[in-house]
Amino acid sequence: MSLREQYIAFQTILIKEILRFVRIWIQTLVPPAVTTALYFIVFGSLIGSQIGDMDGVAYIDYIVPGLILMAIITHVYGNVVASFFSAKFQKNIEEMLVSPMPNYIILLGYVAGGVARGLAVGLIVVVIALFFTELRVYHWGITLSIMLLTSVLFSLGGFINAAYARNFEDISIVPNFVLTPLTYLGGIFYTIKMLPEFWQTVSLANPILYMINAFRYGMLGVSDIDVGVAFALTLAVTAGLFVWALRLLDRGISISH
Amino acid sequence: MTAALQLRHLHKTYDNGFVALKGIDLRVEQGDFFALLGPNGAGKSTTIGIICSLVRKSRGQVQVFGDDLDRDPAATKSHIGLVPQEFNFNVFEPVEEILINQAGYYGISRRVARPRAAELLRQLGLWDKRRQMARDLSGGMKRRLMIARSLMHSPRLLILDEPTAGVDIEIRHSMWQFLTEINQAGTTIILTTHYLEEAERLCRNIAIIDHGRIIERASIKELLGRLQVETFVLDLARPLAQCPAIPGYVLRLRDPHTLEVDIDKQRSVNDFFAQLSQRGIEVLSLGNKANRLEELFLRLVEQNKS
Ligand SMILES: Nc1ncnc2c1ncn2[C@@H]1O[C@H](COP(=O)(O)OP(=O)(O)O)[C@@H](O)[C@H]1O
Ligand SMILES: [Mg+2]
Repeated sequence: MSLREQYIAFQTILIKEILRFVRIWIQTLVPPAVTTALYFIVFGSLIGSQIGDMDGVAYIDYIVPGLILMAIITHVYGNVVASFFSAKFQKNIEEMLVSPMPNYIILLGYVAGGVARGLAVGLIVVVIALFFTELRVYHWGITLSIMLLTSVLFSLGGFINAAYARNFEDISIVPNFVLTPLTYLGGIFYTIKMLPEFWQTVSLANPILYMINAFRYGMLGVSDIDVGVAFALTLAVTAGLFVWALRLLDRGISISH
Repeated sequence: MTAALQLRHLHKTYDNGFVALKGIDLRVEQGDFFALLGPNGAGKSTTIGIICSLVRKSRGQVQVFGDDLDRDPAATKSHIGLVPQEFNFNVFEPVEEILINQAGYYGISRRVARPRAAELLRQLGLWDKRRQMARDLSGGMKRRLMIARSLMHSPRLLILDEPTAGVDIEIRHSMWQFLTEINQAGTTIILTTHYLEEAERLCRNIAIIDHGRIIERASIKELLGRLQVETFVLDLARPLAQCPAIPGYVLRLRDPHTLEVDIDKQRSVNDFFAQLSQRGIEVLSLGNKANRLEELFLRLVEQNKS
């Protein structure tokens, strides 16, 4: 395929993926709005006013970056894992497999679809946040690039999960038993400086902590983690997942052996 | 001229150890309307799956219009349009989107795909349904949707895997009509079926596959001719030195005591025996020679009934 044809194929998957989540917006775009609003009411306004400052920032402002990124992570992963598993399950993945488009275009298409969902959800959460506080951005470049990188990383994660999944249970295990705990323990609601030394060290094994802190640094200028380290780690994990996902496609997903 | 499809020594052993194809050699000429006929489990879908990159072959070679599947998969794939045996579209997508997306996967822009989709939707009687979700279509419409989808990139080779299974008579006939037209317009068509009637009505050439082997490769005409004859084996009372000649019958002397004869099923055997008596040839016993093709057809017929 020529480059132009490959671009059209990529664009086709992206548009299809966007239309998919827009078509079912009640399941895909409303829940993050509701959940985030509840977080802001409960943690931000009600409890937050009792807490005071965290790391020198008003509590409600302190949790904004984490809540945005948490919504993005959850929905990006959920988007790709659901969409790609459904393509396997309904066999419409065959539409792509019989076509001449290369495997990396399939992968990039799904990743871009996930990123699009992440951007949509991020925007919604930001709008909700504006009802409760003023939005601050300390460094746009860091904020946007870590958001993008995180979206790509979790799109790839969702893709790989879907590639291995054999049934619907297999696509809910990782989000429920891995992603949710890691996200909650990833420093959305607290700075790890509050933790005993041992748990601080344990927390450093949680990759989500790095992304949330880098994102918080981008918005507020405070972080528990060196932002350079966070970027390097996120980039490395993303690259690793990309290679893994592409290998799976090359080995043949939904192709009879 | 290069063949539309050339298969050489195609073997398939599935991961569970099942041997589905045992060396398929097949050549389909450009412009042909070709039937791959065989009972359930013969290996039709496996063969098609390999040609279309949905099944990994174990050994062998696939060439489509001269392009080799292993050496240039993209070029090979772009020649082929596939209508699979099972529905495999996203049932939550609108009909028109399914077509436009399929074109997109082949690198065709939406601007070009839109009018093409409109044309195919009209031809296949789906225009009124273009904005409906695929799950709201009837079985026959779903089948036609897959035909429209397979033609979006104007493939030179159209492959249909049991396209009329479960489709009612009226729609089946209009589908036959449509396929005949696109074949006349130059598209090579290969279809699999276990309906002999379908092959007879549509196709010029045929291959019969059973247990992973091609057991017949002929034109429909030849094949039907061959099915018209029955072969009898005669045990003779006295040995013959040479094969007798009886006008109107094909005879073979297997050994001095065994004579074989092909007799048209429409014809009475009395006349033949009268001719033998005239020549003083006495027959002790008479056997009906098992015809593999015949047996296969009996099985197909049985299967069509159930
Ligand atoms: N993925 C698979 N794994 C193992 N065996 C298979 C697989 N797919 C098909 N088979 C077996 O291979 C044989 C040929 O199947 P298939 O090509 O679908 O036949 P047909 O299309 O002629 O009915 C059947 O016995 C079938 O059970
Ligand atoms: Mg089949």
